[in-house]
Amino acid sequence: MSVELVPLALLMFAVTYPSRAIPLLTPGLERLPPRALQYLRLVGPAVLASIGLVNTLIVTADDGTRSIHVGIETVAVIIGVLVVVWRRNLFLGILAAVVLVSVARATGLSPMP
Amino acid sequence: MTGAPSADAGTDDRVDLRAARRRLLLDALGIMASAAGFGFVYGLSAREAGFSVIEAQAMSLFAFAGAAQFAAVGYVREGLPWLGIIVLTFFLNARHLLYAAALAPLMRPRPTAERAVAAHLLTDESFALATTHFNRVRRLDMWGYWLGAVAVTLIPWNLATFAGSVLGGRIVDPATFGLDVVFPVAMLGLAIGLIQGRRELIAAFAGGILGFAISWAVGPQIGIVAGGLLGPLVAMAAPINEPPDIDEPLVAPRFETLEPGP
Repeated sequence: MSVELVPLALLMFAVTYPSRAIPLLTPGLERLPPRALQYLRLVGPAVLASIGLVNTLIVTADDGTRSIHVGIETVAVIIGVLVVVWRRNLFLGILAAVVLVSVARATGLSPMP
Repeated sequence: MTGAPSADAGTDDRVDLRAARRRLLLDALGIMASAAGFGFVYGLSAREAGFSVIEAQAMSLFAFAGAAQFAAVGYVREGLPWLGIIVLTFFLNARHLLYAAALAPLMRPRPTAERAVAAHLLTDESFALATTHFNRVRRLDMWGYWLGAVAVTLIPWNLATFAGSVLGGRIVDPATFGLDVVFPVAMLGLAIGLIQGRRELIAAFAGGILGFAISWAVGPQIGIVAGGLLGPLVAMAAPINEPPDIDEPLVAPRFETLEPGP
């Protein structure tokens, strides 16, 4: 069985781990000024909203071209988020979105991605 | 009220912690299904691109970064030189710097070795679950971090990679079951869980809109990081009068560190 690509996996680890570890292992980060700590606290909602919105609306083709996609998936994400806001329950929100999309695809109302 | 917490308060904290952990488990179920579904698709794609089972599994264990792994499969299939793959992997995963920086002040009391291991397991999913959980319990709770990082992400992702690369196309595409919408709903839902005041709300809106606009113009790997960097700046620049306790940073000295276990 080929193991030729295992070194590539290790090199991918070598360039990924520093991003994950340097802030966690750098001494003195807890002594940052309050404004800097407040900034870091706001990173969570900002980056998660950014990831969520980009994953909902932007489709990147194999050739790298990007397009805005609005379809049943968008509707499902909006409904899922509304359920999360309403019930304060992430699982119910995910369930609502998944059921909507799978039913739409199973009944042919929406094509597969 | 000031002074040392009473025994009742300690009991309340313990009950709250248990309730928060139950909530975390519930939040984690959908994300676990998503990790398993797409780990399977990754394993299948890797095999179709000519990876052996060991090579596909090595990527899931060592790189442990879904987007970069999917991209690497495509790059290998297209014959891109390794240097190009490595540089692109670095940029795809640069957003982890933000996650680690946001968690660093809270994790500071933990031993270096534990933080070093925790770093390798820091993903979109584990960050999202951990920050929401820490905000809910108002303290560092490593049990919550390990649950999101290991039980919800690492194990399902790796088992599913193995299944996908061994079983191949004998199992239906998870998109048939609508699992492709789990990730965006989970990320947006967990962002909502972090909103405790107007500043977080503005950070989420600004981060989302800027991230979307820049992703569309330049590309998602830059846009997502830009949204995470610029959203908080917009929120901090906004003229808001909030009660002081809302704007107090969630820093380690205010919150006790709990050992794993109930």
